[in-house]
Amino acid sequence: MNSVVSAPVSVALPQAEEIVRLTDVKRRFGTTPALDGVSLTVRKGEIVGIIGRSGAGKSTLIRCLNGLEQADSGEIHIEGRNITGLSEKELQPLRRRIGMIFQHFNLLSAKTVEENVALPLKIEGLSKAERLKRAAELLDLVGLSDKAKAYPSSLSGGQKQRVGIARALAARPALLLSDEATSALDPETTRSILVLLKDINRKLGLTILLITHEMEVVRSVADRVAVIDAGRIVEEGQVWSVFADPQAPITQSLLSGIRPQLPDTIAARLSPVSGAEQILSIDMAGPAAQGTLFADLSQALPQSFRLVHGGIDHIQDQPVARFFIAVPTRDAALPEQVQNFLKARGARVEVLGYDTNHA
Amino acid sequence: MTPIMLELLFRSLWETILMTGASGIISLVAGLPLGLALVATSRGGIAEKPWLNSVLGAIVNGFRSVPFIILLVALIPLTRLIVGTALGTWAAIVPLAIAATPYYARIAEVSLREVDRGLIDAVRAMGGNRWTIIREVLVPEALPGIIAGFTVTLVTLVGASAMAGAIGAGGLGDLAIRYGYQRFETTVMIAVVIVLIILVCGIQWLGDRLVARLDHK
Repeated sequence: MNSVVSAPVSVALPQAEEIVRLTDVKRRFGTTPALDGVSLTVRKGEIVGIIGRSGAGKSTLIRCLNGLEQADSGEIHIEGRNITGLSEKELQPLRRRIGMIFQHFNLLSAKTVEENVALPLKIEGLSKAERLKRAAELLDLVGLSDKAKAYPSSLSGGQKQRVGIARALAARPALLLSDEATSALDPETTRSILVLLKDINRKLGLTILLITHEMEVVRSVADRVAVIDAGRIVEEGQVWSVFADPQAPITQSLLSGIRPQLPDTIAARLSPVSGAEQILSIDMAGPAAQGTLFADLSQALPQSFRLVHGGIDHIQDQPVARFFIAVPTRDAALPEQVQNFLKARGARVEVLGYDTNHA
Repeated sequence: MTPIMLELLFRSLWETILMTGASGIISLVAGLPLGLALVATSRGGIAEKPWLNSVLGAIVNGFRSVPFIILLVALIPLTRLIVGTALGTWAAIVPLAIAATPYYARIAEVSLREVDRGLIDAVRAMGGNRWTIIREVLVPEALPGIIAGFTVTLVTLVGASAMAGAIGAGGLGDLAIRYGYQRFETTVMIAVVIVLIILVCGIQWLGDRLVARLDHK
């Protein structure tokens, strides 16, 4: 891995208890492998995002964690206990330790909001008074106390998901699984749900594993991200470091909508061999991205570059910068000098080609 | 219409209500579990057992394919065993219930099958067992459909009970045939038809009201 992204930022302590450990988990449907040897560890208090395109196997993966799907081989440990091969009956008490929220909320339409939230407690065998008391606490937590007696059909999508979250937390789980929980919501509601999840993670120290196809979701809440493609985890790491330096093509493609990209007009006229300007991409993360890099560069090598596009983003409080610059090729030595300067300052530099049009 | 005819009309109405109501309740009590069994044992169901599903399906189809008038006669020995006689209103309830049960089971099956799988997943994910799924998800979520289907079954039973006159069960249908048709008493025929229309509309209205009240979708 490149030196620019190696600055350690540890959100969950490395020695924290393992909540989830997957070892070489495989699952196939007919001849198509849905999971092709997945290994992953989630520690207490972490928010881990699993991202992939639809059909990448992420739904199967999350459903294996509470036994809604059975793995064909490999081991799944939840709170240190191996759940692979357990019967439906043996899984039932374990599932009470794991809350789950769904893309389509899956609230029972025939029950009121408070009955929905109280259902896991009914399964656990709590008395009606205890159930309703806990349901009221949870509805307060998600800000829906006034909807206790309402039926889910009268709620908006965001409110439904809040009820889903309250229900998932009712039995005080050790782990919350989120199966595309914001995919059916508009951007604004998505943000409010993500804020709520982050808030719950901080307040309750709850471990959250979420799957999504939206990088924005991972960006705003996750500590760590695992990228899944064709049933395999192709990339994994701290969110800011993966954003700063995506390795796998699938990660780069998933990030393309959220990271600055070379403008199409310039990309279209790029020549691989020669032109008036050399186009460079510059990636930096951590302290390197905070400095006075461009000011220093123009001082050291005046008139040496033109800023084309880019910006600095903050992920997990880490600056992640990505810029595109154009370096004139009149002076044949200049591009080399610029690159060396940038590299010496800890930036990752890539020559994308030459702009044939710009004078 | 003479007072005697009027009394006959009321007695027949009561017989129809008795036959329809009793066989309807039996078909609900027996047909709903049968419908649940058909859904639960089907492929991907909560108690998947394809062979049992095939057996149940074949039995249901078998009973449903026999015309009611034939079932009425074929079941005489069974009726005699249960009721003690093969004739009269009570005797008609046995074949009516046996015909209506598989009919209602299929209707209930359709409603139960339409319950979103995601809801079953949600309750499984909470640690619920099959019984919880049936009690908290399948039946409550399908209840509007289950009630609407029961309404349809009751109305069908009102029609089928007319044939029960063949074994001396009485009822409105029997009255219409014997007096209205065979004795050319048009007034009786018209009166019976009006009473039947009111009865069917009443059942449907009650069913619809109940469904509207229970449906929170």
